[in-house]
Amino acid sequence: MGEFKVHRVRFFNYVPSGIRCVAYNNQSNRLAVSRTDGTVEIYNLSANYFQEKFFPGHESRATEALCWAEGQRLFSAGLNGEIMEYDLQALNIKYAMDAFGGPIWSMAASPSGSQLLVGCEDGSVKLFQITPDKIQFERNFDRQKSKRHFSWGGRILSLSWHPSGTHIAAGSIDYISVFDVKSGSAVHKMIVDRQYMGVSKRKCIVWGVAFLSDGTIISVDSAGKVQFWDSATGTLVKSHLIANADVQSIAVADQEDSFVVGTAEGTVFHFQLVPVTSNSSEKQWVRTKPFQHHTHDVRTVAHSPTALISGGTDTHLVFRPLMEKVEVKNYDAALRKITFPHRCLISCSKKRQLLLFQFAHHLELWRLGSTVATGKNGDTLPLSKNADHLLHLKTKGPENIICSCISPCGSWIAYSTVSRFFLYRLNYEHDNISLKRVSKMPAFLRSALQILFSEDSTKLFVASNQGALHIVQLSGGSFKHLHAFQPQSGTVEAMCLLAVSPDGNWLAASGTSAGVHVYNVKQLKLHCTVPAYNFPVTAMAIAPNTNNLVIAHSDQQVFEYSIPDKQYTDWSRTVQKQGFHHLWLQRDTPITHISFHPKRPMHILLHDAYMFCIIDKSLPLPNDKTLLYNPFPPTNESDVIRRRTAHAFKISKIYKPLLFMDLLDERTLVAVERPLDDIIAQLPPPIKKKKFGT
Amino acid sequence: MAALEEEFTLSSVVLSAGPEGLLGVEQSDKTDQFLVTDSGRTVILYKVSDQKPLGSWSVKQGQIITCPAVCNFQTGEYVVVHDNKLSAEVYRILSVQGTEPLVLFKEGAVRGLEALLADPQQKIETVISDEEVIKWTKFFVVFRHPVLIFITEKHGNYFAYVQMFNSRILTKYTLLLGQDENSVIKSFTASVDRKFISLMSLSSDGCIYETLIPIRPADPEKNQSLVKSLLLKAVVSGNARNGVALTALDQDHVAVLGSPLAASKECLSVWNIKFQTLQTSKELPQGTSGQLWYYGEHLFMLHGKSLTVIPYKCEVSSLAGALGKLKHSQDPGTHVVSHFVNWETPQGCGLGFQNSEQSRRILRRRKIEVSLQPEVPPSKQLLSTIMKDSEKHIEVEVRKFLALKQTPDFHTVIGDTVTGLLERCKAEPSFYPRNCLMQLIQTHVLSYSLCPDLMEIALKKKDVQLLQLCLQQFPDIPESVTCACLKIFLSIGDDSLQETDVNMESVFDYSINSVHDEKMEEQTEILQNGFNPEEDKCNNCDQELNKKPQDETKESTSCPVVQKRAALLNAILHSAYSETFLLPHLKDIPAQHITLFLKYLYFLYLKCSENATMTLPGIHPPTLNQIMDWICLLLDANFTVVVMMPEAKRLLINLYKLVKSQISVYSELNKIEVSFRELQKLNQEKNNRGLYSIEVLELF
Repeated sequence: MGEFKVHRVRFFNYVPSGIRCVAYNNQSNRLAVSRTDGTVEIYNLSANYFQEKFFPGHESRATEALCWAEGQRLFSAGLNGEIMEYDLQALNIKYAMDAFGGPIWSMAASPSGSQLLVGCEDGSVKLFQITPDKIQFERNFDRQKSKRHFSWGGRILSLSWHPSGTHIAAGSIDYISVFDVKSGSAVHKMIVDRQYMGVSKRKCIVWGVAFLSDGTIISVDSAGKVQFWDSATGTLVKSHLIANADVQSIAVADQEDSFVVGTAEGTVFHFQLVPVTSNSSEKQWVRTKPFQHHTHDVRTVAHSPTALISGGTDTHLVFRPLMEKVEVKNYDAALRKITFPHRCLISCSKKRQLLLFQFAHHLELWRLGSTVATGKNGDTLPLSKNADHLLHLKTKGPENIICSCISPCGSWIAYSTVSRFFLYRLNYEHDNISLKRVSKMPAFLRSALQILFSEDSTKLFVASNQGALHIVQLSGGSFKHLHAFQPQSGTVEAMCLLAVSPDGNWLAASGTSAGVHVYNVKQLKLHCTVPAYNFPVTAMAIAPNTNNLVIAHSDQQVFEYSIPDKQYTDWSRTVQKQGFHHLWLQRDTPITHISFHPKRPMHILLHDAYMFCIIDKSLPLPNDKTLLYNPFPPTNESDVIRRRTAHAFKISKIYKPLLFMDLLDERTLVAVERPLDDIIAQLPPPIKKKKFGT
Repeated sequence: MAALEEEFTLSSVVLSAGPEGLLGVEQSDKTDQFLVTDSGRTVILYKVSDQKPLGSWSVKQGQIITCPAVCNFQTGEYVVVHDNKLSAEVYRILSVQGTEPLVLFKEGAVRGLEALLADPQQKIETVISDEEVIKWTKFFVVFRHPVLIFITEKHGNYFAYVQMFNSRILTKYTLLLGQDENSVIKSFTASVDRKFISLMSLSSDGCIYETLIPIRPADPEKNQSLVKSLLLKAVVSGNARNGVALTALDQDHVAVLGSPLAASKECLSVWNIKFQTLQTSKELPQGTSGQLWYYGEHLFMLHGKSLTVIPYKCEVSSLAGALGKLKHSQDPGTHVVSHFVNWETPQGCGLGFQNSEQSRRILRRRKIEVSLQPEVPPSKQLLSTIMKDSEKHIEVEVRKFLALKQTPDFHTVIGDTVTGLLERCKAEPSFYPRNCLMQLIQTHVLSYSLCPDLMEIALKKKDVQLLQLCLQQFPDIPESVTCACLKIFLSIGDDSLQETDVNMESVFDYSINSVHDEKMEEQTEILQNGFNPEEDKCNNCDQELNKKPQDETKESTSCPVVQKRAALLNAILHSAYSETFLLPHLKDIPAQHITLFLKYLYFLYLKCSENATMTLPGIHPPTLNQIMDWICLLLDANFTVVVMMPEAKRLLINLYKLVKSQISVYSELNKIEVSFRELQKLNQEKNNRGLYSIEVLELF
């Protein structure tokens, strides 16, 4: 099949940000996740948990609360005191509005979805009305004097609406208040015990509250307690001590028969409402299952109808399915841990053997080493030259980098933040490298979602967040704007993925939901649109010579579409007719990169986080009875048997987690790995738990 | 489970065994001593347990012993016949305990030894026909009546003669060989029952057949035929060169000597005839004379040139064990309850065959007997029995019912039976069918909630054996009852304990290898899971302890309670409980009993710490966790009381030191954990391939 020299790169020092909030939207089956750097990601749980959208972070916008309201509108609030709404079509922030209550710690949308409640640092609870295009401040709830401190009450750390919308519960430091929404006055104030394992702590922080329709309020606090309160009388009904550390989050199922809490020890506990005895109508809350999928604080939890969702400092997003709620064995039945973004953070200059790594606030440029030795499968070759760190490019300003790219010739680097687009020209003189920023970028190139250079590095393609695609001509040290493909009338959908044909004639662009558009770059017009498919595109590429567009979707289907013929190729039709191997379809990370072999037109190279695969279109497809992945080299079987058992999918699982893989030349691959241990080593130490003794 | 133990040779002196082997091995009047008659001139009396001869006698040169020496149990004399010197040729002298020896002449006549010696020259009649030869004989006492059976052979036909000696009735039977007329019977053995002699024969085809011979014949005058039935197939190779021998060991087991395959070496094998399984076998590579004797618990045979004894034991075993050679695996952590009905429990099957002449029928015949009874369901009959009959009779009926395999309504009948018995117990204070109750508990179908009265009555009667059984069998005993049992177990006097027969399975006799133990302790003093009585930083305790250092070693090595009490306490340790419910009841136990129990637990703990696995020896010992939990429980419940008692002071100091040392061990472990983590990190770095490498990949 082929022997390659593989540059195995582990110096991409990428550490994902910790997860701060998750918000589950039952209507669209999507999950919004905010990270500590302010990034907000949208996962489509119906599309095989694909991360279909993201909003880049911002240094000053630590998101403390995230919620869906009015159906599919997403709001966040943070320590800068602002409430923000996200535009899920154009992938930008619609507006930010100061709540004037200091840092915001909590937010909750009313059961009807028309009102938004925020809890502020100064102890105020503010009610906002959601209008069709904005939010409007309505009023403050009565603030209460803290009896203990003879000052205004502490920050409001948690909020929950009664399902009828008449009352709310607000968790603060040392107490929980119940407000009447109509009058805005406090009905009850319930003091939370500070005692922690018999020792009085300085403060007891109510990290989370949940208001149930029967009037029960469930609170979780920093003393490790889960407590049940009667909101009618303001009394404590029941208390569970579940952790030696803070219980930081709570989420209740819509049916109110189950809820989930997360602790600072990394444990997630499932509570269920079960009958006291069988056939009895009297029910009580029982702690049923503990799960330990995290090493660090579980900062946030969510409860979908079929799964418990948790995230925290250890950066993993964990979906733990509730087996009793899962009816068919499909994607929903498996435990999922999502650690890496579902997009490419790495680009590569084949000509100069350079790798460009994208971090939140800087770029790194590395030159790969070389070797003159040869060896057999599995050998590690002695290096004649090690890899070099050439460049460390820091962004200016607080915004995170959205995307970046290095040109195939290695002479251009482009990247973009939310408000600025940067283009650099690189000059190589022997071992020295000089960098010159191309100034005076036009106003329309303010923010890009995706950047791509043509194969000959003469053209730059930019997908702007307004839905437009810009073509820029590069020559010498200057550039010229050639054309802008405007989005089709009426839509503002942003394009997230670009692919250009090696001959530079065709440009394919894909949005988050609609099909893939193919443009003719020579004639500067839309050539065709690939038929829409109901799963989002995770990666695409155009093959040399044939100009076949290969598209991978989040349901693990791969299509090949002939651009000149405007139709799917025969091979693609054959694949669809026979279907992929069941193990191929059961993979749980999306394909993030596709490339081709310059000398072997029948080969497609693609990879996800756990495997690298070469599809040889000339070989028969595997059926469900054949072994999809065979890690062992064939023994001395006769050619007949080998030909009979050989199939189109050649898979290697040596490199994992695999963030990037590409072909440098005919016989050389580059693989960028990011071992989980290296990420854990950079996280703050978890709460230490003794293994021995008391 | 039947088992053969390690063999031993009785005498290094080579016996002058002829080609036919020994003349015989016979019992003497002492249980451990046996008379061995060789084929020459010598009779030797051996003491088997000492493995040495006690005495030997020889006849004059030129004379020859013609039948094996026997013991006259009535006089204690040994009788031997040399040169057939009597009025007619003697086939054998037969002697069993409790009756006078009989002399069987080769012509089939039988005489009492006394009568014969009184008139040695009397005329001996001929009983069997010409050319008929006696092949084998055996002498039984059935209901104090001597019964003699001998088998003769004439032209390939076999005849059995049963002589009721007292009534002088001789009955002759023809043994029908069945289809295979050519087979030759190689060896006989017989066991006796009230009505039948079960004659087992090993044929030349290698199979064992059984023939049932009635003791009291219906018509003594008529010549009757007996049919044999196949008992075991092909236990030995039919055409073996060497002799084969067969002997019954007990109701269910036979020992067979011979080669299992034509070519293989000779083997002694023990078969269970009830389940048709091979229980055990032993290879005898030097060959045998094809003779086998079985007395008491010893199998005698000539192995090579020397007389070899193989002790045979048949322990009470489970059905699973009897059905094949299954391993009895015992998980030390869990309470293993056998789920098989123990068929042999009423009497145990370790008894020698000779001793069990009472009615012990094999299952097949028992079934027949039951079917002959009027058509009343056995369960109904049992229930009616319970209400009126005597304890003895109830016991018999219950036993009968239990023997009848498990019927569909087995559980309910057992439940009803127990309830009935208990009701009657309450009504009649003198009525206490202990054996019945024990048997019923052992069916494993009862639980505390089914019959709460059972333990109440046992508590009232202070029947510790029954209580122990309940604790072992019932899964749902409330804590208050467990505690009541504990109270009795602690308070019952040692002398009354002696009379009881408690199950000692969970207790290991520590006194046996106490010497060894002490040695062990010295060596492992430093280990002991961190507990070292010597090492102490608490000055006060140190002084206290140094006063009586000898006392302490004594305390730690000798068990503070007697074995039987230990067994009872272990049953408590094994029982399930919930701390909250147990604690209030523990407070009611007198302080000196608490101290005793604590001392015992502490002793167990010390025993535990003697080995690396932290377990106690024995079949089903308490686990370390159980011991520690109970120490904590007792101290929690009674600390204020115990702390005031001067005699408990030493114990408390020891326990305090134990805890202290444990804490220091754990803190050390915590320290080590950090070091280990660093090592792990180093190891990871080593495994790390570094940040960059170029490798070769080939895809197939």
